[in-house]
Amino acid sequence: MTTRIAEIWVGLFVAAGIAALFMLAMQVSNLSTYNSDSGYDVTAYFEDISGLKVRSPVTMSGVRIGRVKSISFDKERLSALVTMEIEGEYDTLPDDSSASIYTAGLLGEKYIGLEPGAGSNDCEDITLDDSGEIKIEESTDKDCKPSTLQQGSEIKLTQDSLVLEKLIGQFISKFLDDDKKDTAK
Amino acid sequence: MDENKTLVKVRDLKFSRGGRMIFDGVNLDIQRGKITVIMGPSGTGKTTLLRLIGRQLKPVEGSIIVDGEEVTTLGHRRLYELRKRMGMLFQNGALLTDLNVFENVAYPIREHTNLSEELVRTLVLMKLQAVGLRGARDLMPAELSGGMARRVALARAIALDPMMIMYDEPFTGQDPISMGVLVRLIRNLNNALGLTSVVVSHDIEEASSIADYIYLLSGGKVVAHGTTDDLANSDSEWAQQFMKGKPDGPVPFHFQSQPYADDLNI
Amino acid sequence: MISQIQSLGHKALGFFQRLGRGHILIADILKGQPALFLRPSLIIQQLYSVGVLSILIVVVSGFFVGMVMGLQGYNTLVDFGAEESLGVMVALTLVRELGPVVTALLFAGRAGSALTAEIGLMKATEQLSAMEMMAVDPIRRVLAPRFLAGFISMPLLAAMFSAVGVLGGYFVGVGLLGVDEGAYWSQMQASVDLYEDILNGVIKSIVFGFVVTWIAVFEGYDAIPTSEGVSRATTRTVVHSSLAILGLDFILTALMFN
Repeated sequence: MTTRIAEIWVGLFVAAGIAALFMLAMQVSNLSTYNSDSGYDVTAYFEDISGLKVRSPVTMSGVRIGRVKSISFDKERLSALVTMEIEGEYDTLPDDSSASIYTAGLLGEKYIGLEPGAGSNDCEDITLDDSGEIKIEESTDKDCKPSTLQQGSEIKLTQDSLVLEKLIGQFISKFLDDDKKDTAK
Repeated sequence: MDENKTLVKVRDLKFSRGGRMIFDGVNLDIQRGKITVIMGPSGTGKTTLLRLIGRQLKPVEGSIIVDGEEVTTLGHRRLYELRKRMGMLFQNGALLTDLNVFENVAYPIREHTNLSEELVRTLVLMKLQAVGLRGARDLMPAELSGGMARRVALARAIALDPMMIMYDEPFTGQDPISMGVLVRLIRNLNNALGLTSVVVSHDIEEASSIADYIYLLSGGKVVAHGTTDDLANSDSEWAQQFMKGKPDGPVPFHFQSQPYADDLNI
Repeated sequence: MISQIQSLGHKALGFFQRLGRGHILIADILKGQPALFLRPSLIIQQLYSVGVLSILIVVVSGFFVGMVMGLQGYNTLVDFGAEESLGVMVALTLVRELGPVVTALLFAGRAGSALTAEIGLMKATEQLSAMEMMAVDPIRRVLAPRFLAGFISMPLLAAMFSAVGVLGGYFVGVGLLGVDEGAYWSQMQASVDLYEDILNGVIKSIVFGFVVTWIAVFEGYDAIPTSEGVSRATTRTVVHSSLAILGLDFILTALMFN
């Protein structure tokens, strides 16, 4: 084995190893969907987030637009604080959008679905005229844009995760109530 | 004895291994430019002595001074500097099996110097020529006979022109021709290169024929020393038994045991 | 009774002595590492015999393991109608566990035993002693480059194993069983995290590489210089490395994914 051939083989070996690592990083993992720099964080409070995890998807109309960044418990409000990271390119979400926790399929992963709100009407001047009618006019301010979710915004409207036990519990208690009514008759 | 003429000075050397005392107060002086032969029955630790001089082993007690340096307490760097000036020929040659003859001899040169390829080649061929194996340069160690392997190892040992060479049982298991070649080589190299040679052997005839001075070891001590003639004419029983190869004497024929009759329950 | 206690004590002392020698050796080897960068040719040679020669067994095993997982995973997942998650299952299993662990086990058998046998035989034939007497430190000249080569090779081999395994799963799942190609990759990408999964897998393989080559090099260097001693040292390398890999894997998994 001459040194030259050994060197060529070692070169191929190292190149193949690095290529394999690269493939794992790009093709197998979420690196290609990682844009941690360009995103912005949005928070929301939920009463019940059971099943939601860090890195769970955040979707709008079924398209993934971000991920759950962190989940913590707020001691004062006694509810869960979820921080979501929304990708930077989706910067036109109205600030009155609502967030709900859904389940993908019956046993699938939990994810957060955002639904766009109407957009608050900062760009419309609302005045009450003399006759007592509400008058809505387009704003004269040309730079005005509908207010959107930004770094640090909070989503106020939230709907909690559906927990199977709770659903079943509700179902049973309702069933029992109906039963009682029937016997009362 | 003149200090400058003594290359290796061993004083009160004590060494034990596995609870067994191998050396118990050995004193030796090895003269510059001479061939000193260390003889003794098998198992007296002759090879161990060489390893102690090269500091592959550390003695329990005593001092070993090689070329003015106390080997037993030498630091790593100084020790390696000293070893560059020592050569050692191992019993089976100890050639590096993945390198051919040429590369084996070139090995210490490449490791310790930055000589050009041309110069390395010249040096290696000179050393191989000295042992008569210039034509075998492309062979692998596995293709060499035992005697040839030892000669290559000898070429390697002299590659850096050391001040001394230690031969560990160079004659064991050699046919008469290889033996003759080795005897002549040791003598010639010693004279031509001004080396100091230390030969460990129990082949009395060959060893005596090249020895300038002989130390006889037994039971962890030097039991006799002198020139070949001194020992042959010595009245020491040890010397007589060993030099003449008598089966019984101070070194008993029987390994230490209880009396024979007791053992047989008679 | 007393003699049994004594033999237990003897064994314990012997164990701690070996442990001590192992740590002294690794310290010496690590001290010898910087000097290696002046002589890259030494590392290249060892990368060839430790790394390149292990590629074949690692890649072939990886492909088959991936295919088997594709088959088994499909049969289980299809019952839940979740065969789209096949890619996730194959990739996570490989990247987190099987890649580093199986590669390390193969590596111990292929390269570790070879290292032990080579160093042990060099010791038995006095080549290491001869080097010492030529003022060449065998720890730096023989052990250090072999150690470094093993340390570099393991993560590369483990990455190859995982990558080829994912392809094997793809071949069976998508090619033969008809899982949707897009789902295979996209679900995988959605669930496998670069840092949590892949980086931790790489860290595991680096740790295993360190431990396996350490054991292999130490066993060779510490072998009794006879043919029996070398053969026993080789066996010990494979047994001890395998146990160390599986034990460490548990500890690392507990630390990383908890």
